[in-house]
Amino acid sequence: MSLNIAILSGKGGTGKTTVSTSLTKLLKSNYVDCDVEEPNGFIFFKPKVVKSQDVTVEYPVIDSSKCTICGECAKVCQFNALCKSKNGIMVFEKLCHSCGACSIVCKNKALTYKERVIGIVEEGFSKDISCMRGVLNVGEPMAVPVIKKLLGNLKTGLNILDCSPGTSCNVITTLLKSDAAVLVTEPSAFGLHDLALSVKLLRKLDIPFGVVVNKYSNQDDTILSYCKSEDINIFGVIPFSREGAVNYSKGNMLLDSDEFKHCFNEIAQNMRGVFLWN
Amino acid sequence: MELVVISGKGGTGKTTISAALSELAEDVVNADCDVDAPNLYLMYKGENIEQENFCGGKKAVIDYNLCIGCGMCEKHCKFDAIKHNKVIDYKCEGCGACAVVCYKNAIKLIDEKTAETYVTKTNYGDNKTKVISRAEMEVGTEGSGKLVTEVRKNAKKHIEGRSIIIDGSPGIGCAVMASLTGCDVCVIVTEPTISGFEDFLRVLAVCEHFGIKPLVCINKFDLNLSMTEEIEKFCNENNFIVAGKVPFDETVMKAINNLKPITYYKESPACTAIINMWLTIKKEINK
Repeated sequence: MSLNIAILSGKGGTGKTTVSTSLTKLLKSNYVDCDVEEPNGFIFFKPKVVKSQDVTVEYPVIDSSKCTICGECAKVCQFNALCKSKNGIMVFEKLCHSCGACSIVCKNKALTYKERVIGIVEEGFSKDISCMRGVLNVGEPMAVPVIKKLLGNLKTGLNILDCSPGTSCNVITTLLKSDAAVLVTEPSAFGLHDLALSVKLLRKLDIPFGVVVNKYSNQDDTILSYCKSEDINIFGVIPFSREGAVNYSKGNMLLDSDEFKHCFNEIAQNMRGVFLWN
Repeated sequence: MELVVISGKGGTGKTTISAALSELAEDVVNADCDVDAPNLYLMYKGENIEQENFCGGKKAVIDYNLCIGCGMCEKHCKFDAIKHNKVIDYKCEGCGACAVVCYKNAIKLIDEKTAETYVTKTNYGDNKTKVISRAEMEVGTEGSGKLVTEVRKNAKKHIEGRSIIIDGSPGIGCAVMASLTGCDVCVIVTEPTISGFEDFLRVLAVCEHFGIKPLVCINKFDLNLSMTEEIEKFCNENNFIVAGKVPFDETVMKAINNLKPITYYKESPACTAIINMWLTIKKEINK
Protein backbone atom coordinates (compact mmCIF):
# COMPACT_ATOMS: atom_id res chain seq x y z
CA MET A 1 0.00 0.00 0.00
CA SER A 2 1.27 3.45 -0.89
CA LEU A 3 0.21 7.00 -0.39
CA ASN A 4 2.04 9.53 -2.53
CA ILE A 5 1.82 13.15 -1.42
CA ALA A 6 3.21 15.82 -3.76
CA ILE A 7 4.64 19.01 -2.26
CA LEU A 8 4.37 21.75 -4.86
CA SER A 9 4.15 25.52 -5.10
CA GLY A 10 3.99 27.14 -8.52
CA LYS A 11 6.32 29.91 -7.44
CA GLY A 12 9.90 28.95 -6.73
CA GLY A 13 11.49 29.46 -3.35
CA THR A 14 8.35 29.26 -1.22
CA GLY A 15 9.68 26.36 0.82
CA LYS A 16 8.82 23.05 -0.86
CA THR A 17 12.05 21.35 0.16
CA THR A 18 11.95 23.02 3.58
CA VAL A 19 8.48 21.55 4.18
CA SER A 20 9.11 18.21 2.42
CA THR A 21 12.23 17.35 4.40
CA SER A 22 10.79 18.28 7.79
CA LEU A 23 7.49 16.50 7.09
CA THR A 24 9.34 13.39 5.96
CA LYS A 25 11.38 13.32 9.16
CA LEU A 26 8.30 13.88 11.35
CA LEU A 27 6.15 11.30 9.58
CA LYS A 28 9.04 8.84 9.11
CA SER A 29 7.99 8.58 5.48
CA ASN A 30 10.03 8.08 2.29
CA TYR A 31 11.54 11.16 0.67
CA VAL A 32 11.59 11.51 -3.12
CA ASP A 33 13.24 14.55 -4.68
CA CYS A 34 11.45 15.04 -8.00
CA ASP A 35 13.04 18.43 -8.70
CA VAL A 36 15.53 16.69 -10.95
CA GLU A 37 16.78 19.92 -12.55
CA GLU A 38 17.88 21.40 -9.21
CA PRO A 39 17.55 18.77 -6.44
CA ASN A 40 18.29 20.04 -2.94
CA GLY A 41 16.73 17.51 -0.57
CA PHE A 42 19.86 15.42 -0.07
CA ILE A 43 21.59 18.49 1.42
CA PHE A 44 19.26 18.15 4.42
CA PHE A 45 19.20 14.36 4.71
CA LYS A 46 22.82 13.66 3.73
CA PRO A 47 21.87 10.05 2.95
CA LYS A 48 24.31 7.26 2.34
CA VAL A 49 23.70 6.45 -1.31
CA VAL A 50 23.42 2.68 -1.79
CA LYS A 51 22.01 2.45 -5.30
CA SER A 52 22.55 4.49 -8.42
CA GLN A 53 21.04 3.93 -11.85
CA ASP A 54 21.57 5.73 -15.13
CA VAL A 55 18.47 7.14 -16.80
CA THR A 56 18.59 6.53 -20.52
CA VAL A 57 16.42 7.54 -23.45
CA GLU A 58 16.31 6.14 -26.95
CA TYR A 59 17.27 8.13 -30.01
CA PRO A 60 17.22 7.15 -33.68
CA VAL A 61 20.32 6.09 -35.55
CA ILE A 62 20.21 6.01 -39.35
CA ASP A 63 21.89 3.24 -41.31
CA SER A 64 23.09 5.23 -44.30
CA SER A 65 23.57 2.04 -46.35
CA LYS A 66 19.80 1.43 -46.18
CA CYS A 67 18.54 5.02 -46.05
CA THR A 68 17.18 6.38 -49.34
CA ILE A 69 16.75 9.90 -47.89
CA CYS A 70 13.05 9.76 -48.66
CA GLY A 71 12.47 12.07 -45.68
CA GLU A 72 9.37 10.29 -44.35
CA CYS A 73 10.92 10.07 -40.87
CA ALA A 74 11.61 13.81 -40.81
CA LYS A 75 8.07 14.50 -42.01
CA VAL A 76 6.43 12.41 -39.28
CA CYS A 77 8.61 13.73 -36.44
CA GLN A 78 6.63 16.29 -34.46
CA PHE A 79 9.65 17.47 -32.53
CA ASN A 80 12.06 18.52 -35.31
CA ALA A 81 14.51 15.86 -34.16
CA LEU A 82 15.06 14.67 -37.73
CA CYS A 83 15.94 16.86 -40.65
CA LYS A 84 16.27 15.92 -44.29
CA SER A 85 19.25 17.40 -46.05
CA LYS A 86 20.84 16.69 -49.44
CA ASN A 87 23.42 14.38 -47.93
CA GLY A 88 21.24 12.47 -45.54
CA ILE A 89 19.02 12.65 -42.51
CA MET A 90 20.36 14.66 -39.57
CA VAL A 91 19.40 13.60 -36.06
CA PHE A 92 19.06 16.12 -33.21
CA GLU A 93 19.19 13.73 -30.26
CA LYS A 94 18.24 16.21 -27.58
CA LEU A 95 14.97 17.07 -29.34
CA CYS A 96 13.95 13.42 -29.66
CA HIS A 97 11.00 12.34 -27.48
CA SER A 98 11.69 8.62 -28.13
CA CYS A 99 8.20 8.06 -29.53
CA GLY A 100 9.21 5.56 -32.22
CA ALA A 101 7.13 7.17 -35.00
CA CYS A 102 10.15 7.51 -37.29
CA SER A 103 11.01 3.84 -37.35
CA ILE A 104 7.35 2.93 -37.94
CA VAL A 105 7.27 4.97 -41.17
CA CYS A 106 10.70 3.89 -42.44
CA LYS A 107 10.08 1.50 -45.37
CA ASN A 108 13.77 0.59 -45.66
CA LYS A 109 14.34 -0.50 -42.08
CA ALA A 110 17.11 2.07 -41.93
CA LEU A 111 16.25 3.28 -38.43
CA THR A 112 17.29 1.64 -35.22
CA TYR A 113 17.47 3.05 -31.71
CA LYS A 114 20.38 3.49 -29.39
CA GLU A 115 20.30 4.61 -25.79
CA ARG A 116 21.97 7.62 -24.29
CA VAL A 117 22.28 8.69 -20.68
CA ILE A 118 20.47 11.86 -19.63
CA GLY A 119 20.62 11.62 -15.87
CA ILE A 120 20.73 9.43 -12.83
CA VAL A 121 18.43 8.20 -10.06
CA GLU A 122 19.89 7.58 -6.63
CA GLU A 123 18.63 5.82 -3.56
CA GLY A 124 19.98 5.92 -0.06
CA PHE A 125 19.23 6.01 3.64
CA SER A 126 19.48 8.72 6.22
CA LYS A 127 19.16 6.91 9.55
CA ASP A 128 15.98 4.92 8.80
CA ILE A 129 14.59 7.22 6.19
CA SER A 130 14.63 6.12 2.58
CA CYS A 131 15.74 8.97 0.31
CA MET A 132 15.53 8.95 -3.45
CA ARG A 133 16.30 11.56 -6.03
CA GLY A 134 16.73 12.09 -9.74
CA VAL A 135 19.41 14.34 -11.22
CA LEU A 136 19.17 15.59 -14.80
CA ASN A 137 22.51 15.95 -16.58
CA VAL A 138 23.43 19.58 -17.21
CA GLY A 139 22.83 20.37 -20.87
CA GLU A 140 19.84 18.08 -21.22
CA PRO A 141 16.59 19.94 -21.94
CA MET A 142 14.04 17.33 -20.86
CA ALA A 143 13.60 16.39 -17.22
CA VAL A 144 10.45 14.28 -17.61
CA PRO A 145 12.14 10.94 -18.43
CA VAL A 146 14.26 11.25 -15.26
CA ILE A 147 11.19 12.04 -13.16
CA LYS A 148 9.31 9.09 -14.70
CA LYS A 149 12.17 6.70 -13.92
CA LEU A 150 12.31 7.98 -10.34
CA LEU A 151 8.56 7.61 -9.86
CA GLY A 152 8.69 4.12 -11.35
CA ASN A 153 10.81 3.00 -8.39
CA LEU A 154 8.69 4.30 -5.51
CA LYS A 155 8.70 2.32 -2.32
CA THR A 156 5.54 1.23 -0.51
CA GLY A 157 4.28 3.30 2.36
CA LEU A 158 4.02 7.07 2.58
CA ASN A 159 6.03 8.88 -0.08
CA ILE A 160 6.66 12.61 0.12
CA LEU A 161 7.29 13.82 -3.44
CA ASP A 162 9.26 17.08 -3.44
CA CYS A 163 8.27 18.73 -6.74
CA SER A 164 9.99 21.21 -9.01
CA PRO A 165 8.68 24.77 -9.19
CA GLY A 166 6.26 25.69 -11.95
CA THR A 167 3.03 24.21 -13.22
CA SER A 168 4.10 22.46 -16.41
CA CYS A 169 5.54 19.10 -17.57
CA ASN A 170 7.77 18.34 -14.58
CA VAL A 171 5.05 19.04 -12.03
CA ILE A 172 2.30 17.34 -14.04
CA THR A 173 4.42 14.19 -14.39
CA THR A 174 4.81 14.07 -10.61
CA LEU A 175 1.15 14.85 -9.95
CA LEU A 176 0.01 12.00 -12.21
CA LYS A 177 1.57 9.65 -9.64
CA SER A 178 0.23 11.55 -6.63
CA ASP A 179 -2.76 10.77 -4.46
CA ALA A 180 -2.76 14.08 -2.65
CA ALA A 181 -0.90 17.38 -2.60
CA VAL A 182 0.35 20.06 -0.26
CA LEU A 183 0.68 23.52 -1.78
CA VAL A 184 3.43 25.56 -0.14
CA THR A 185 3.01 29.27 -0.64
CA GLU A 186 4.33 32.53 0.78
CA PRO A 187 2.34 35.61 1.72
CA SER A 188 3.26 37.86 -1.18
CA ALA A 189 1.46 39.11 -4.26
CA PHE A 190 3.59 36.75 -6.37
CA GLY A 191 2.91 33.84 -4.01
CA LEU A 192 -0.83 34.41 -4.23
CA HIS A 193 -0.81 34.72 -8.02
CA ASP A 194 1.10 31.48 -8.51
CA LEU A 195 -0.91 29.69 -5.80
CA ALA A 196 -4.05 30.35 -7.84
CA LEU A 197 -2.42 28.75 -10.91
CA SER A 198 -1.44 25.67 -8.90
CA VAL A 199 -4.94 25.41 -7.43
CA LYS A 200 -6.39 25.42 -10.95
CA LEU A 201 -4.02 22.60 -11.94
CA LEU A 202 -4.85 20.44 -8.91
CA ARG A 203 -8.56 20.93 -9.44
CA LYS A 204 -8.23 19.99 -13.11
CA LEU A 205 -6.38 16.81 -12.13
CA ASP A 206 -8.87 16.21 -9.31
CA ILE A 207 -6.22 15.79 -6.62
CA PRO A 208 -7.20 16.55 -3.02
CA PHE A 209 -4.96 19.22 -1.50
CA GLY A 210 -4.37 21.72 1.23
CA VAL A 211 -2.15 24.75 1.72
CA VAL A 212 0.81 25.54 3.95
CA VAL A 213 1.73 29.21 4.24
CA ASN A 214 5.47 29.54 4.77
CA LYS A 215 7.30 32.71 5.84
CA TYR A 216 3.99 33.75 7.37
CA SER A 217 3.44 37.00 9.18
CA ASN A 218 0.13 37.97 10.72
CA GLN A 219 0.45 41.36 9.03
CA ASP A 220 -0.68 39.80 5.79
CA ASP A 221 -3.76 37.64 5.53
CA THR A 222 -4.24 37.68 1.75
CA ILE A 223 -3.39 33.99 1.36
CA LEU A 224 -5.62 32.89 4.24
CA SER A 225 -8.48 35.05 2.93
CA TYR A 226 -8.05 33.60 -0.55
CA CYS A 227 -8.10 30.03 0.82
CA LYS A 228 -11.21 30.73 2.88
CA SER A 229 -13.02 32.26 -0.10
CA GLU A 230 -12.09 29.27 -2.27
CA ASP A 231 -12.95 26.74 0.44
CA ILE A 232 -9.37 25.45 0.49
CA ASN A 233 -8.02 23.55 3.50
CA ILE A 234 -5.23 25.34 5.33
CA PHE A 235 -2.91 22.78 6.88
CA GLY A 236 -0.92 25.33 8.78
CA VAL A 237 1.47 28.25 8.75
CA ILE A 238 5.20 28.49 9.34
CA PRO A 239 6.20 31.91 10.63
CA PHE A 240 8.85 33.97 8.88
CA SER A 241 12.01 33.87 10.88
CA ARG A 242 15.41 35.20 9.94
CA GLU A 243 16.94 32.54 12.17
CA GLY A 244 14.97 29.90 10.26
CA ALA A 245 16.33 31.30 6.99
CA VAL A 246 19.89 31.19 8.31
CA ASN A 247 19.44 27.59 9.50
CA TYR A 248 18.08 26.64 6.09
CA SER A 249 21.07 28.30 4.45
CA LYS A 250 23.35 25.98 6.43
CA GLY A 251 21.46 22.85 5.38
CA ASN A 252 19.61 22.33 8.65
CA MET A 253 16.02 21.13 8.82
CA LEU A 254 13.48 23.47 10.40
CA LEU A 255 12.00 20.54 12.35
CA ASP A 256 15.22 20.37 14.36
CA SER A 257 14.49 23.82 15.91
CA ASP A 258 11.99 23.95 18.76
CA GLU A 259 10.58 27.11 17.18
CA PHE A 260 9.01 25.09 14.35
CA LYS A 261 8.22 21.63 15.76
CA HIS A 262 4.65 22.53 16.69
CA CYS A 263 4.02 24.00 13.22
CA PHE A 264 4.89 20.72 11.54
CA ASN A 265 2.91 18.70 14.10
CA GLU A 266 -0.15 20.78 13.31
CA ILE A 267 0.41 20.50 9.55
CA ALA A 268 0.79 16.71 9.78
CA GLN A 269 -2.33 16.38 11.92
CA ASN A 270 -4.40 18.45 9.51
CA MET A 271 -3.04 16.53 6.55
CA ARG A 272 -4.10 13.25 8.19
CA GLY A 273 -7.56 14.66 8.75
CA VAL A 274 -8.00 15.69 5.11
CA PHE A 275 -6.16 12.86 3.37
CA LEU A 276 -7.56 10.28 5.79
CA TRP A 277 -4.65 8.03 6.44
CA ASN A 278 -3.74 6.38 9.75
CA MET B 1 21.14 43.72 -26.66
CA GLU B 2 19.40 40.91 -24.78
CA LEU B 3 20.00 40.53 -21.07
CA VAL B 4 18.61 37.46 -19.29
CA VAL B 5 18.19 36.95 -15.54
CA ILE B 6 18.27 33.34 -14.35
CA SER B 7 19.00 31.61 -11.06
CA GLY B 8 18.94 27.84 -10.98
CA LYS B 9 17.17 27.83 -7.64
CA GLY B 10 13.70 29.33 -7.39
CA GLY B 11 12.93 32.32 -5.20
CA THR B 12 16.36 33.94 -5.25
CA GLY B 13 14.98 37.21 -6.62
CA LYS B 14 15.03 37.06 -10.43
CA THR B 15 11.84 39.06 -10.88
CA THR B 16 12.81 41.63 -8.25
CA ILE B 17 16.15 42.14 -10.01
CA SER B 18 14.76 42.07 -13.58
CA ALA B 19 12.13 44.66 -12.77
CA ALA B 20 14.70 46.88 -11.06
CA LEU B 21 17.15 46.61 -13.97
CA SER B 22 14.35 47.36 -16.37
CA GLU B 23 13.60 50.59 -14.49
CA LEU B 24 17.25 51.60 -14.32
CA ALA B 25 17.90 50.80 -17.96
CA GLU B 26 14.76 52.81 -18.80
CA ASP B 27 14.23 52.29 -22.45
CA VAL B 28 13.94 48.53 -22.67
CA VAL B 29 11.38 45.92 -23.60
CA ASN B 30 10.61 43.27 -20.98
CA ALA B 31 10.04 39.60 -21.64
CA ASP B 32 8.49 37.55 -18.85
CA CYS B 33 9.87 34.12 -19.72
CA ASP B 34 8.97 32.39 -16.47
CA VAL B 35 5.97 31.13 -18.39
CA ASP B 36 4.85 28.57 -15.79
CA ALA B 37 4.52 31.16 -13.06
CA PRO B 38 4.84 34.63 -14.59
CA ASN B 39 5.14 37.44 -12.06
CA LEU B 40 6.96 40.30 -13.81
CA TYR B 41 3.84 41.45 -15.62
CA LEU B 42 2.03 41.93 -12.31
CA MET B 43 4.15 45.05 -11.89
CA TYR B 44 3.36 46.22 -15.40
CA LYS B 45 -0.35 45.86 -15.92
CA GLY B 46 -1.58 47.90 -18.82
CA GLU B 47 -3.28 47.60 -22.13
CA ASN B 48 -2.83 44.47 -24.22
CA ILE B 49 -1.75 45.70 -27.64
CA GLU B 50 -1.33 42.15 -28.94
CA GLN B 51 -2.95 38.86 -28.04
CA GLU B 52 -2.52 35.55 -29.84
CA ASN B 53 -3.33 31.92 -29.28
CA PHE B 54 -0.25 29.73 -29.08
CA CYS B 55 -0.22 26.04 -30.00
CA GLY B 56 2.73 24.40 -28.31
CA GLY B 57 2.01 20.89 -29.45
CA LYS B 58 -0.53 18.48 -30.74
CA LYS B 59 -2.89 15.94 -29.26
CA ALA B 60 -4.23 12.70 -30.73
CA VAL B 61 -7.95 12.52 -31.33
CA ILE B 62 -9.76 9.27 -32.19
CA ASP B 63 -12.69 9.29 -34.61
CA TYR B 64 -14.95 6.59 -33.16
CA ASN B 65 -16.92 6.37 -36.43
CA LEU B 66 -13.81 4.89 -38.04
CA CYS B 67 -12.19 3.16 -35.06
CA ILE B 68 -12.59 -0.62 -34.90
CA GLY B 69 -10.97 -1.01 -31.49
CA CYS B 70 -8.03 -3.12 -32.68
CA GLY B 71 -5.74 -1.64 -30.01
CA MET B 72 -2.76 -1.06 -32.34
CA CYS B 73 -2.57 2.56 -31.19
CA GLU B 74 -2.37 1.56 -27.53
CA LYS B 75 0.30 -1.03 -28.36
CA HIS B 76 2.54 1.53 -30.06
CA CYS B 77 2.06 4.45 -27.68
CA LYS B 78 5.26 4.92 -25.70
CA PHE B 79 3.61 7.24 -23.20
CA ASP B 80 0.72 5.06 -21.93
CA ALA B 81 -1.53 7.77 -23.29
CA ILE B 82 -4.13 5.43 -24.79
CA LYS B 83 -6.10 3.11 -22.52
CA HIS B 84 -9.21 1.17 -23.56
CA ASN B 85 -9.30 3.14 -26.80
CA LYS B 86 -9.38 6.51 -25.07
CA VAL B 87 -6.65 9.15 -25.33
CA ILE B 88 -5.47 10.38 -21.94
CA ASP B 89 -4.83 14.04 -22.64
CA TYR B 90 -2.23 14.69 -19.96
CA LYS B 91 -0.07 11.82 -21.08
CA CYS B 92 -0.35 12.39 -24.84
CA GLU B 93 2.81 14.01 -26.22
CA GLY B 94 1.36 14.53 -29.69
CA CYS B 95 3.96 12.34 -31.41
CA GLY B 96 1.57 10.84 -33.92
CA ALA B 97 2.83 7.26 -33.66
CA CYS B 98 -0.77 6.15 -33.04
CA ALA B 99 -1.99 7.99 -36.14
CA VAL B 100 0.70 6.32 -38.23
CA VAL B 101 -0.17 2.78 -37.15
CA CYS B 102 -3.94 3.21 -37.42
CA TYR B 103 -4.76 1.59 -40.75
CA LYS B 104 -8.34 2.86 -40.50
CA ASN B 105 -7.04 6.45 -40.40
CA ALA B 106 -9.19 6.95 -37.33
CA ILE B 107 -6.62 9.05 -35.47
CA LYS B 108 -5.72 12.61 -36.24
CA LEU B 109 -3.28 14.97 -34.58
CA ILE B 110 -4.85 18.30 -33.81
CA ASP B 111 -3.16 21.50 -32.73
CA GLU B 112 -3.48 22.03 -29.02
CA LYS B 113 -3.79 25.57 -27.77
CA THR B 114 -1.36 25.64 -24.87
CA ALA B 115 -1.18 29.34 -24.10
CA GLU B 116 -2.11 32.88 -24.97
CA THR B 117 0.69 35.31 -25.64
CA TYR B 118 0.35 39.00 -24.95
CA VAL B 119 2.24 42.18 -25.52
CA THR B 120 1.18 44.67 -22.88
CA LYS B 121 1.87 48.40 -22.84
CA THR B 122 1.93 50.26 -19.54
CA ASN B 123 2.02 54.01 -19.20
CA TYR B 124 3.78 55.35 -16.16
CA GLY B 125 5.60 58.39 -14.90
CA ASP B 126 6.14 61.32 -17.28
CA ASN B 127 5.10 60.02 -20.68
CA LYS B 128 7.03 56.82 -20.19
CA THR B 129 5.75 53.50 -21.49
CA LYS B 130 6.87 50.00 -20.71
CA VAL B 131 6.33 47.17 -23.12
CA ILE B 132 6.20 43.65 -21.79
CA SER B 133 5.90 40.42 -23.75
CA ARG B 134 4.39 37.58 -21.74
CA ALA B 135 2.23 34.47 -21.85
CA GLU B 136 -0.47 32.73 -19.89
CA MET B 137 -0.38 28.95 -20.13
CA GLU B 138 -3.54 26.90 -20.26
CA VAL B 139 -3.77 24.86 -17.06
CA GLY B 140 -2.16 21.45 -17.38
CA THR B 141 -0.40 22.05 -20.69
CA GLU B 142 3.23 21.50 -21.55
CA GLY B 143 5.87 22.89 -23.86
CA SER B 144 7.27 25.72 -21.76
CA GLY B 145 10.44 25.84 -23.87
CA LYS B 146 8.62 26.57 -27.14
CA LEU B 147 6.52 29.19 -25.42
CA VAL B 148 9.58 30.98 -24.08
CA THR B 149 10.90 31.20 -27.64
CA GLU B 150 7.58 32.72 -28.76
CA VAL B 151 7.57 35.28 -25.91
CA ARG B 152 11.08 36.37 -26.90
CA LYS B 153 10.08 36.56 -30.55
CA ASN B 154 7.16 38.82 -29.65
CA ALA B 155 9.40 41.05 -27.56
CA LYS B 156 11.78 41.41 -30.53
CA LYS B 157 8.92 42.64 -32.73
CA HIS B 158 8.65 45.73 -30.50
CA ILE B 159 12.23 46.60 -29.76
CA GLU B 160 12.59 49.56 -32.14
CA GLY B 161 16.29 49.65 -31.43
CA ARG B 162 15.93 49.08 -27.69
CA SER B 163 17.33 46.30 -25.54
CA ILE B 164 15.42 43.39 -24.03
CA ILE B 165 15.50 42.29 -20.40
CA ILE B 166 14.33 38.70 -19.93
CA ASP B 167 12.98 37.44 -16.61
CA GLY B 168 13.87 33.73 -16.75
CA SER B 169 12.51 30.68 -14.97
CA PRO B 170 14.15 28.51 -12.31
CA GLY B 171 15.80 25.21 -13.24
CA ILE B 172 18.21 24.17 -15.97
CA GLY B 173 15.92 22.56 -18.52
CA CYS B 174 14.36 23.54 -21.83
CA ALA B 175 12.65 26.71 -20.58
CA VAL B 176 15.92 28.07 -19.20
CA MET B 177 17.82 27.08 -22.32
CA ALA B 178 15.24 28.80 -24.49
CA SER B 179 15.71 31.96 -22.40
CA LEU B 180 19.52 31.80 -22.58
CA THR B 181 20.20 31.01 -26.19
CA GLY B 182 21.37 34.00 -28.19
CA CYS B 183 21.57 36.36 -25.22
CA ASP B 184 24.37 38.90 -24.95
CA VAL B 185 24.43 39.25 -21.19
CA CYS B 186 23.36 36.87 -18.46
CA VAL B 187 22.92 37.68 -14.77
CA ILE B 188 22.64 34.73 -12.40
CA VAL B 189 20.84 35.71 -9.20
CA THR B 190 21.88 33.43 -6.38
CA GLU B 191 21.47 33.38 -2.60
CA PRO B 192 23.92 32.46 0.19
CA THR B 193 22.47 29.04 1.01
CA ILE B 194 23.90 25.58 0.36
CA SER B 195 20.89 24.84 -1.87
CA GLY B 196 21.39 28.11 -3.72
CA PHE B 197 25.09 27.52 -4.29
CA GLU B 198 24.62 23.97 -5.58
CA ASP B 199 21.90 25.13 -7.96
CA PHE B 200 24.05 28.08 -9.03
CA LEU B 201 26.85 25.72 -10.07
CA ARG B 202 24.48 23.72 -12.23
CA VAL B 203 22.96 26.69 -14.01
CA LEU B 204 26.46 28.08 -14.46
CA ALA B 205 27.36 24.88 -16.30
CA VAL B 206 24.37 25.46 -18.61
CA CYS B 207 25.70 28.95 -19.38
CA GLU B 208 29.09 27.49 -20.22
CA HIS B 209 27.33 25.01 -22.49
CA PHE B 210 25.94 28.03 -24.37
CA GLY B 211 29.26 29.88 -24.40
CA ILE B 212 27.88 32.65 -22.16
CA LYS B 213 29.96 34.07 -19.31
CA PRO B 214 27.43 35.25 -16.75
CA LEU B 215 27.63 38.02 -14.18
CA VAL B 216 26.67 37.06 -10.66
CA CYS B 217 24.37 38.75 -8.19
CA ILE B 218 24.33 37.49 -4.60
CA ASN B 219 20.90 38.42 -3.27
CA LYS B 220 20.05 38.51 0.47
CA PHE B 221 23.82 38.21 0.94
CA ASP B 222 23.82 39.18 4.60
CA LEU B 223 21.71 36.17 5.64
CA ASN B 224 24.85 34.06 5.66
CA LEU B 225 28.12 35.93 5.29
CA SER B 226 30.34 32.86 5.28
CA MET B 227 28.29 31.32 2.48
CA THR B 228 28.52 34.64 0.60
CA GLU B 229 32.28 34.52 1.06
CA GLU B 230 32.35 31.00 -0.33
CA ILE B 231 30.43 32.09 -3.44
CA GLU B 232 32.71 35.10 -3.92
CA LYS B 233 35.80 32.91 -3.51
CA PHE B 234 34.49 30.50 -6.12
CA CYS B 235 33.75 33.36 -8.52
CA ASN B 236 37.18 34.91 -8.05
CA GLU B 237 38.94 31.59 -8.57
CA ASN B 238 36.96 30.93 -11.74
CA ASN B 239 36.93 34.44 -13.20
CA PHE B 240 33.27 35.21 -12.72
CA ILE B 241 32.42 38.78 -11.83
CA VAL B 242 30.20 39.35 -8.83
CA ALA B 243 28.34 42.33 -10.24
CA GLY B 244 26.44 43.00 -7.04
CA LYS B 245 25.64 41.94 -3.51
CA VAL B 246 22.15 42.91 -2.40
CA PRO B 247 21.28 42.84 1.31
CA PHE B 248 18.14 41.21 2.69
CA ASP B 249 15.70 44.10 2.91
CA GLU B 250 12.09 43.96 4.10
CA THR B 251 11.29 46.82 1.72
CA VAL B 252 11.57 44.30 -1.13
CA MET B 253 8.51 42.40 0.14
CA LYS B 254 6.70 45.69 0.66
CA ALA B 255 7.50 46.64 -2.94
CA ILE B 256 6.29 43.27 -4.27
CA ASN B 257 3.05 43.53 -2.33
CA ASN B 258 2.52 47.00 -3.74
CA LEU B 259 3.37 45.59 -7.18
CA LYS B 260 6.12 48.16 -7.60
CA PRO B 261 9.75 47.64 -8.59
CA ILE B 262 12.14 48.13 -5.65
CA THR B 263 13.57 51.18 -7.43
CA TYR B 264 10.49 53.11 -6.33
CA TYR B 265 11.90 52.98 -2.80
CA LYS B 266 15.05 55.05 -3.20
CA GLU B 267 15.96 54.84 0.51
CA SER B 268 15.96 51.05 0.50
CA PRO B 269 19.39 49.42 0.96
CA ALA B 270 18.44 46.81 -1.65
CA CYS B 271 17.68 49.59 -4.15
CA THR B 272 21.05 51.23 -3.53
CA ALA B 273 22.86 47.93 -4.01
CA ILE B 274 20.99 47.22 -7.25
CA ILE B 275 21.77 50.70 -8.61
CA ASN B 276 25.48 50.04 -7.97
CA MET B 277 25.14 46.62 -9.57
CA TRP B 278 23.60 48.18 -12.67
CA LEU B 279 26.61 50.47 -13.00
CA THR B 280 28.89 47.40 -12.89
CA ILE B 281 26.73 45.56 -15.41
CA LYS B 282 26.81 48.54 -17.80
CA LYS B 283 30.59 48.72 -17.47
CA GLU B 284 30.88 45.03 -18.37
CA ILE B 285 28.48 45.37 -21.31
CA ASN B 286 30.52 48.25 -22.72
CA LYS B 287 33.81 46.34 -22.51
